[in-house]
Amino acid sequence: MAADSPAHVDERVTVIRPGRRWAAPDVRELWEYRELLFFLVWRDVKIRYKQTAIGGAWVLLQPLLTAAIFTVVFGRYGGLPSGGVPYSVMVYAGLLPWFVFANALTFSTRSIVEHQALVTKVYVPRLFLPLGAVLAGVVDFLVGSILLVGLMAWHGIVPPVQILLAPAFLLFLVATAVGVTLWLSALNVRYRDVQYTVPFMTQAWLFATPVAYSVLIFPEWLRGWIGLNPMAGVVDGFRWSVLGTHTGHLATEVLLSLGVTLVLLVGGIEYFRRVERSFADVV
Amino acid sequence: MSSEPPVVVAEGIRKRYRLGQREPYRALRDVLAGVPRALRRGGRAENAADGLWALDGISFELHRGEVLGLIGANGAGKSTLLKVLSRITEPTEGQAVIRGRVGSLLEVGTGFHPELTGRENVYLNGAILGMRRAEIARRFDEIVEFSGVERFLDTPVKRYSSGMQVRLAFSVAAHLEPEILLVDEVLAVGDAEFQRKCLGKMQDVTRHGRTVVFVSHNLAAVRHLCSRAILLEKGRLVFDGDPDEAVDRYVGRGGERATAVLEGERLEERVAKRRLYGSDPLFSCTRIAVLDEGGLPTSAFRSDEEIRIAVDYAVVRPVPAFRILVTLTGGNQAAVLRTESVDGASGDGPLGLEPGTYRSEVAIPAGLLGDARLDLNVSLIAEVNQVIDYAAVVQLDVRFAGHGSNTRGKAYLRPLLPWRTEVLSEVEAS
Repeated sequence: MAADSPAHVDERVTVIRPGRRWAAPDVRELWEYRELLFFLVWRDVKIRYKQTAIGGAWVLLQPLLTAAIFTVVFGRYGGLPSGGVPYSVMVYAGLLPWFVFANALTFSTRSIVEHQALVTKVYVPRLFLPLGAVLAGVVDFLVGSILLVGLMAWHGIVPPVQILLAPAFLLFLVATAVGVTLWLSALNVRYRDVQYTVPFMTQAWLFATPVAYSVLIFPEWLRGWIGLNPMAGVVDGFRWSVLGTHTGHLATEVLLSLGVTLVLLVGGIEYFRRVERSFADVV
Repeated sequence: MSSEPPVVVAEGIRKRYRLGQREPYRALRDVLAGVPRALRRGGRAENAADGLWALDGISFELHRGEVLGLIGANGAGKSTLLKVLSRITEPTEGQAVIRGRVGSLLEVGTGFHPELTGRENVYLNGAILGMRRAEIARRFDEIVEFSGVERFLDTPVKRYSSGMQVRLAFSVAAHLEPEILLVDEVLAVGDAEFQRKCLGKMQDVTRHGRTVVFVSHNLAAVRHLCSRAILLEKGRLVFDGDPDEAVDRYVGRGGERATAVLEGERLEERVAKRRLYGSDPLFSCTRIAVLDEGGLPTSAFRSDEEIRIAVDYAVVRPVPAFRILVTLTGGNQAAVLRTESVDGASGDGPLGLEPGTYRSEVAIPAGLLGDARLDLNVSLIAEVNQVIDYAAVVQLDVRFAGHGSNTRGKAYLRPLLPWRTEVLSEVEAS
């Protein structure tokens, strides 16, 4: 607050001018609007749980059924390795972060187009739309974690020390989902083709990620390189933190994924910032 | 008020929409199909001619407590201007500086979700409009009372009648407390009784020293609520001042002064003095027009535009020496600019004219005037000593289009002069 102008309660000065190409996001502004982010997440969660007949049960049922199918197909009939834990637990621990990512691909990609009024009728930090959609998925993740705890208890698995790092991997997951969907949501404003390719992309991405299987099925030299898919590092890192499963090249895989995520995230923020000023004119 | 800096300073705001940009969206194939075309144009996908200037050089200042009405026909740029000021869309050129918290209300109930209850929507909508959670909680009862939907607060909004939804939505908006409020046409909702209530609320808002920019087609509301009005026409600011006058101009009752072409009787009314010195008239003036560079009549100009003045006249009997005098006067009739058809080179001396009809034109060059409202006065003079003076034929409205601001008041003349700054001595910063 400027001392020389006591007449003003709020000496906020907004300068509106054609945007510069490369500018850092206005962190102060995001902070000021933080309550809105909370409300957007709260709304998404509330509506999802309100609109469906069995409400929150979906959040548990979907990964549970998927885990059952993968366990039977890949574990039982395929006889694939699972790294020392029951196949079902390994798959479920992978599906938990995966569903956050998959939901982000679906909802976050559409977020700008879906909330047109928030873009064309009012000013809110647009970054919050894809971000809010990703964070709403984190609530599902937390609910689903309860089941993982139960599953581990059932099989008598004691979590290793590195479970303390699980929140860090959750953050890594959010960063990856946000990094990818910033690009997709912004591109979707201009090219609606994007949202139609998402279902296929999600499916292909699922099989490219060690969710239904373990990286142990790959030859040694490949296990680190799979980290080029950022979700591989997220999934295997999360598994390592809660189950202690080690694949031999985990550090390489996770660091590689982390690098890719950072590139996607920083690039995504910049791209989003560049195109967001024309959102209202295009959407 | 004068010592305080203006809360809004808009300087030369221009906004171009590329044609096609307002289409809902593009499919990738359209883009691919456009590639060969872009290549043919030499790689430049954008072309100035492809664009439509929705706003073209809008400059104004707004002080605390002013209630500004924006009026104009559909497509004049009112909503675009409001969207630029609310940061929904970016200007293509120019800038605006806003001091204080801005609340914009371009629609009531933005973000309302049918599945959520009335209570939940109040919080959500409040947050979207920029209110803090604590602020909403504090004013919650007031909001609900104003809306009159207390009984249905915990019912999903989808079960509300549309009238109830609008009332609840407006109530939230009405309790927004920004320093600067931007409102678009939202009074045109709800039944007559609720509309009256909204107008009352708007009046309250304006009485509390809040600065408001208000877009409306409800001209009565503009006259009633606003302390000042801006009239937009095809993206340009053509009038800025008294709301009554702005409305008059908008509806075309602005009278002769707003019109840029005068002929016949209406021209005759502008005669200030006519001297014939006993003889029959040698000539008569038939038309005086103020035109833009494209030859279209207009009385509003930006300072970077040429102002053309055309005088048509008929000579009845040979005139040995004929000249025309044009004077622009400002407040108190002070002459700001004068030009006479004989001012220039010797070859342009008084014309000897044979009977016939003539048109004389003069152009006041671009980049000379500042912000000025000037009266055009024209005199036609035939030697020996027949004179017709026309006073205040057209009122010219000129807006300065350069980069500087008007914080120190307006000036009639503001040519773009070259400035030079040199360092005399440097002192090391401590």
